[in-house]
Amino acid sequence: MKTVIVVGNGMVGYKFCEKFIAAPSSNDYKLVVFGEEPRPAYDRVHLSEYFENQDAKALELAPASWYSENGIELITGQRVTDIKNEAKEIHTATGNSYTYDYLVLATGSVPFVPPISGVEKEGVFVYRTIEDLEEMMAYASQIKAIKPNGKAAILGGGLLGLEAGKAVLDMGLEPHVVEFAPKLMPRQLDTRSSNVLRLKLESMGIQVHLSKATNQILGDKVIEGMEFGEDDCLDVDMLIISAGIRPRDELGKTCGLEMGTRGGIVVDNRMQTSAKDIFAIGEVALYNQMIYGLVAPGYEMADVAVNQILGNQEVLMPDDIDMSTKLKLMGVDVASFGTPYMPADKGLSIIFENKTKFLYKRINVSHDGKTLLGGILVGDAADYNILHQMYLNGMALPDNAEELIVGARGEGGSAFGSAMDLPDSAQICSCESVSKGSICSSLLNGESDSLKDIISCTKATTGCGGCKPMVVELVNETLKSMGKEVKDVICEHFEYTRQELYGIVKVKGITSYDEALDKCGHGDGCEVCKPALASIFATIYNDTANKEDVIQDSNDRFLANIQRNGSYSVVPRIPGGEITPDKLIVLGDVAKEYGLYTKITGGQRIDLFGAQLNDLPAIWKKLIAAGFESGHAYGKALRTVKSCVGSTWCRYGMDESVSFAIELEERYKGIRSPHKLKGGVSGCIRECAEARGKDFGVIAVEGGWNLYVCGNGGATPKHAQLLAEQIDNETVIKYLDRFLMYYIRTAAPLMRTAAWLEKLEGGMEQLKKIVVEDSLNIAEELETDMQSLVDKYECEWKQAVENEEIGKRFKHFVNTDDRDDNLVFVPMREQKMPEPWTN
Amino acid sequence: METVFQQYNPVPLEKVTVWFKACHEQDIPKNGGACIKYKNKQIAVYHFQRKQKWYACQNLCPHKMEMVLSRGMIGDSEGIAKVACPMHKKTFSLETGENLNGDLPSIATFPVKLENGFVYIGFSE
Ligand SMILES: Cc1cc2nc3c(=O)[nH]c(=O)nc-3n(C[C@H](O)[C@H](O)[C@H](O)COP(=O)(O)OP(=O)(O)OC[C@H]3O[C@@H](n4cnc5c(N)ncnc54)[C@H](O)[C@@H]3O)c2cc1C
Ligand code: SF4
Ligand code: SF4
Ligand code: FES
Repeated sequence: MKTVIVVGNGMVGYKFCEKFIAAPSSNDYKLVVFGEEPRPAYDRVHLSEYFENQDAKALELAPASWYSENGIELITGQRVTDIKNEAKEIHTATGNSYTYDYLVLATGSVPFVPPISGVEKEGVFVYRTIEDLEEMMAYASQIKAIKPNGKAAILGGGLLGLEAGKAVLDMGLEPHVVEFAPKLMPRQLDTRSSNVLRLKLESMGIQVHLSKATNQILGDKVIEGMEFGEDDCLDVDMLIISAGIRPRDELGKTCGLEMGTRGGIVVDNRMQTSAKDIFAIGEVALYNQMIYGLVAPGYEMADVAVNQILGNQEVLMPDDIDMSTKLKLMGVDVASFGTPYMPADKGLSIIFENKTKFLYKRINVSHDGKTLLGGILVGDAADYNILHQMYLNGMALPDNAEELIVGARGEGGSAFGSAMDLPDSAQICSCESVSKGSICSSLLNGESDSLKDIISCTKATTGCGGCKPMVVELVNETLKSMGKEVKDVICEHFEYTRQELYGIVKVKGITSYDEALDKCGHGDGCEVCKPALASIFATIYNDTANKEDVIQDSNDRFLANIQRNGSYSVVPRIPGGEITPDKLIVLGDVAKEYGLYTKITGGQRIDLFGAQLNDLPAIWKKLIAAGFESGHAYGKALRTVKSCVGSTWCRYGMDESVSFAIELEERYKGIRSPHKLKGGVSGCIRECAEARGKDFGVIAVEGGWNLYVCGNGGATPKHAQLLAEQIDNETVIKYLDRFLMYYIRTAAPLMRTAAWLEKLEGGMEQLKKIVVEDSLNIAEELETDMQSLVDKYECEWKQAVENEEIGKRFKHFVNTDDRDDNLVFVPMREQKMPEPWTN
Repeated sequence: METVFQQYNPVPLEKVTVWFKACHEQDIPKNGGACIKYKNKQIAVYHFQRKQKWYACQNLCPHKMEMVLSRGMIGDSEGIAKVACPMHKKTFSLETGENLNGDLPSIATFPVKLENGFVYIGFSE
């Protein structure tokens, strides 16, 4: 039995282990792994997620038990200090020594800390390990406690620096990114895209300082600022250095391995160092005179080293390493691939820029216009995957190459056709090196027949996850081409789509969840199919959530939104946002009596937070007595129809937007749908009610109303699109009845109208035909169904407070009247809030 | 917070020393759950009416340490009885307490028996 020792249990060291044990001929070897960090390898690429959840386990690449189960000896918390290559022996900091047949160095890198005077001061951090983050968070909260608007600077405006900037923002300090070069992400962006990105970052509250060389760090023992030149200082309370990396190559020096002049252990395309039994991989390895600070090349190196050690000598590292990158910040799309920018004699560029939307797209094409050489995307990187593939595979460009970035295409469409057009060799998942060919052939030869199978047998999507949309598309399209139906079945208990289930429930007249399980499902159900069926029953019978409370989502079951600490919020309906002073006083009285936190919502109503389960019925009893109704804020149902003040008061108003908003809200209230529904009515095209950001929006124009549908705010804002122009009130209602009912019937669970429209074959044109021209001949049926739902409306809170049986549901304990003593609130700005989560 | 979590340890049937008469069968909704109090502990009790089974576990969700599991939806995953936390839908086996869709720590489960229409939960202290 031969022994392979791996030094370094980081991302690449782990990948080496995984690939090694998966190789058929690895049984004759024993793997021993040393890691300096206290825990097994974790996902450094997603390190910033630790700020959100402080869940180190969630970042783990594999638990410690995985190593022992696979016969790997993992020794964490132990640094290797010395290599004696003649004796084939390593020594550790604790004084132990071990012998090897092969040695793999995967020691990664450390952040480069520039020799600026004062960097040793308290409050200066680097950003590499979980421990670094823990220290930063502890320090940041100290600062915040004494200085609520404290500032933190980030030295370095590269990929990592910007990620750190976002992290600082999330920690509640004011971030300042300081970059030496005249642009951000100097390796990936040109000046114009850097300017656009800078605007975007500043709009998020991240300040950017370019062309700044830091002379010294100010402050006594603790950092107080940074000095760039005479009279050019920035006051900061904390500094995070992310100015590049330096390979951890000190072990190479202990045994005389060949090193690069600026560090790094030199390797050839077999990952072999100057000593034939020693390999180096990942960020410590200097290949083609370069250190590759990305995980994908490291993984490929791990694969090469595994193969070389096991004797598959033909597996070599390619000459060209792809350095394309996508920044993974929430809310900022930035990507670059190939040669992002170049002088004009090397190629031609097509550039699209829209600063008002923080958009910049650039592609570089060869002089003959045939091949894509690279590009930059800022603001919208949705097409990154496919552009990147076109570049990698040297695919022919369309005649109008500009369509690739500006698109002569209908909204939502794509100029590229589909991932199916890529050659088989196209590498879809670069983290796990999975090609299009291997995905498709695994489906074609019957080895796998679902996305789940593909993921478990190829590991595609399990790295950074960026390739997921393409993998899904490939799986679905390949299955379709094999004549297999690809269904979005609800879950393991019902093998139907929501639309099919809707049909079955309606035709068979199924009225309860148990009956549905008996007639067309199996098992005990789950948290996916229960609310889906509840929503279907609601659509067909308009039963309130009280009828079968145990199949409702928790919020529907308790007719209130569960909040951070398990308390609930109370949101009465205020149609159109119109409310009398008397009713406002009642809200105030109730909030005072029960100590509720009070806030105006985005939908023009008032949200009362922090109600205990036991108190909900009593609170609602008072509200109902004052004429309020449930606002269904907890349900997948109509939330609000927002309105501007309209022609009753506004000097521009063309029509009575408030009256119409109230009418619409009263009409559709209580109706359950696949997802929440929001509406808006504006009195003129100035659009003060932001109606086009809603699932349906009505705007008064000369000669009637314009009706827009399928918009939303939220994570991916979409403007609603025009369905009909200059129509009167009755026609608006007629079209809305048809539109809403059609959506409710055909959408998948939790699919909002915008996403539904995107999936609807024929898009908006088709929707117009169905709703306005009645091309499917179902308009009457849709209207009748809607009318019957409207007629059956009942306020479910009224039911709940009037019925003692229902009232029992709201007890925290069924065996005592005690209240939940685990609920803790802390004061905040004269009101209260839940105690923050600590884990 | 950690200490609240540590108060809950699973009780296997053979370790039961006290059968606590928790509530009447009717107090727990069919195919749903509710919470009972035993000493200073909060225990979620579920009635799987379809397969005539009862389960009990800690009310505390190990994800964000909130007392909410009794308000979650129940069901099964490949035949294993489970509950989904109402907060972020983490699911836990009611048979072993294991977190089925993540790697959160397991929750403590307790034996349940029914006698004359009353629900009894087994504790070891
Ligand atoms: C915040 C952040 C975000 C990132 N984002 C991306 C991204 O979006 N995309 C991307 O491609 N890359 C990204 N990276 C880079 C990526 O994480 C690295 O390329 C990758 O981790 C390199 O893997 P490695 O195994 O070579 O080094 P490491 O993961 O650093 O592992 C080396 C390990 O070896 C240990 N070690 C070192 N010397 C010794 C010794 N003598 N004895 C024992 N143990 C030793 C170290 O403690 C360390 O645990 C990011 C990095 C950070 C910090
Ligand atoms: S949308 Fe028009 S009518 Fe309504 S408030 Fe604005 S300006 Fe006035
Ligand atoms: S945006 Fe919505 S989901 Fe996000 S924190 Fe605010 S209220 Fe919660
Ligand atoms: S608190 Fe239970 S899943 Fe988050």
